[in-house]
Amino acid sequence: MTTNICPSSETCPTSETCNTPTLQAVDPHRARSLVDLETGQISREVFFNQEIFDLEMKNLFPRSWLFVGHATQIPNPGDYFSSWMGSDPVLLTRDVDGGVYVLLNSCRHRGMKVCRYDEGNTMQFTCPYHAWSYSMDGSLVNVPGDLFGVPHMKAAYSGKLEKQDWGLVRCPKVYNYKGLVFANWDENAEDFLDYVGDFHWWLDNLADAFDGTPGDTEVFHGVLKWRIKSNWKFVSENFLGDTYHGASTHASVEAIGIGPGGRGKRRHGERQDQGGHSTGRMKTSFRNGHGASDNLAYEIAYPEFVEPEMNEYFDQAWATRKERLDAEGRRLGGRGPATMFPNMSFAAGFPRSILVAHPISPTETEVWRWFLTDKKAPEHVREWLRQYYMRYGGPAGMTEQDDMENWDYATQASKGVVAQRYPYNYQQGLGTEQLSELDRAVHSNHAISGEVNARAFYRRWSEFVDNLGWDELIEIAKSDDRIESIIRRQAEEAAAEVAAGKVNN
Amino acid sequence: MSSADYSMGPDRWALLQEVSEFLFTEADLLDERRYNEWLDLLADDYQYSVPLRMNVEYADADTRGETKAGSEVCWFDEPKSTVELRVMQLATGVHWAEEPVSRVSHLVTNVRIEEVSWPEVKLSSRFLVYRNRVADETDFFVGRRKDTLRKTDDGWKVVRRYLLLDQTVLLAKNLSVFL
Repeated sequence: MTTNICPSSETCPTSETCNTPTLQAVDPHRARSLVDLETGQISREVFFNQEIFDLEMKNLFPRSWLFVGHATQIPNPGDYFSSWMGSDPVLLTRDVDGGVYVLLNSCRHRGMKVCRYDEGNTMQFTCPYHAWSYSMDGSLVNVPGDLFGVPHMKAAYSGKLEKQDWGLVRCPKVYNYKGLVFANWDENAEDFLDYVGDFHWWLDNLADAFDGTPGDTEVFHGVLKWRIKSNWKFVSENFLGDTYHGASTHASVEAIGIGPGGRGKRRHGERQDQGGHSTGRMKTSFRNGHGASDNLAYEIAYPEFVEPEMNEYFDQAWATRKERLDAEGRRLGGRGPATMFPNMSFAAGFPRSILVAHPISPTETEVWRWFLTDKKAPEHVREWLRQYYMRYGGPAGMTEQDDMENWDYATQASKGVVAQRYPYNYQQGLGTEQLSELDRAVHSNHAISGEVNARAFYRRWSEFVDNLGWDELIEIAKSDDRIESIIRRQAEEAAAEVAAGKVNN
Repeated sequence: MSSADYSMGPDRWALLQEVSEFLFTEADLLDERRYNEWLDLLADDYQYSVPLRMNVEYADADTRGETKAGSEVCWFDEPKSTVELRVMQLATGVHWAEEPVSRVSHLVTNVRIEEVSWPEVKLSSRFLVYRNRVADETDFFVGRRKDTLRKTDDGWKVVRRYLLLDQTVLLAKNLSVFL
């Protein structure tokens, strides 16, 4: 559905000769029409169409909870870390009183980026252009980030500029979840804990120490940042539950063995006597788009290391964690990899790392990667993890290098006019989903295959991109219609078995 | 020997010539993918470090302009044993980041002797690593390099390689080449 809405098209005297393209009203079902959940097909336009990208920037990113940075990156008053939220540069800051703020990094006068440093400490951001300055000291201004200094205030504005109206734009919703700082530009957005739902168990495993101590983690100094020539969703989807790619994409690193177990051992160092990838690792897919490659019942112990002193730390950590979680009645699984809708991915095990895919264009993305360690980890454990993280992840990591090759050349081969006519196939495990104990979630029926996570991700994606209001976004995700389908299917299967005489009553 | 001592006569010039030719030979081995011969030129205690660069204030540029090798996240900060793993990965034939094989040229220039404490020599140089991949995928990795070489009975060996890549955000999709 496209409608000519050029406001002047009927009355404008030059309308017949006017070459200005008329504005096209957006089909309110545009994004949803590109995601076919019934047959498991998703249009390539979702990834390569500029209009779709523009709608993502407008309707998805400014309304989603986005990961901005880690609280341990800004431990002291005045500390800041430069980050991005969708199309906009932001500053993650800490004020004099220790409060965490997310501010739009753009001067309110002419928009200059007030801070072009990656990180640092300052109580005042002064714009290089005309020197408007913004203070993080709450004793000087009403709210940290407010406009403080204006050159020639009296002469230029007759002293009448309302400074409290022209502070750096503050992100209205910021949530510090055990050190993981998220923000949302939409003050009407659902609260963070509702947005996350039962997916929080994965965030807990990410943020808690290896022995289960709540939030007792910190990030290593240094964020890996790199550009790829592919759509940001390729990245989100890869960690959302695509365990299918591992054997092929990462064949070379699997052959070498770079993990805790050393040469010839599995990449993640899974203990060989405890199931590994092949049993029990059903994926978890949430109605509201989040997804994980595993489930809480996939309770696989920490790896067996070559180094005895590493085993000492992690055996102890696992025992402590087991005791603590058993007492709380919690399952021990849920280390990912996982993606929190829309663009924060992470793994809570080996490695333990956060990734954000910052969108730049339909075919360009800037990827950031942080690495975490226990605050209390002794030096030799920190150092072992640091070395492992660097050889594993990021653009120099022996595992992740091969992912980028896929994403970039999939992009090149998919964006052609003819190629875009043919949808991607997301039929894996269609109609085989399993029930979950978690709220509004289902599981795949197989550890490796099963694209149920991706189907739910793109469904939620389309609901945001089509700009449904928050009331509707919340309402349609209040129940998970996949659960009813599973129950119906299971009843039919049971009935069929009875009919076939397989079950004796 | 301070960095200003560039007039020490024929011995020093001969040494510069010798270590420069060693660096150029090493670059050729890499570009010709003769990795096992190249590994033989690395000392057993070889350490390869490429820290991350950051945008910091002028006053902090010398102290906070890059992450710290040895304790913080770097692009690379690893011993020879990890470099050997990378070579093995390239040879698997299924390391897709380098299949098909990229065309790579290592340029080493501005070579200068910084310090001699025999049998080790500290060198400063610039590197430019050009990679062309598949068709139009082209990357330039440019920056400063600090090498420590050691003269052994078996010829020169690289003991330490520390590179400052002149990018904060890596503009290439990966670093599947040795810098």
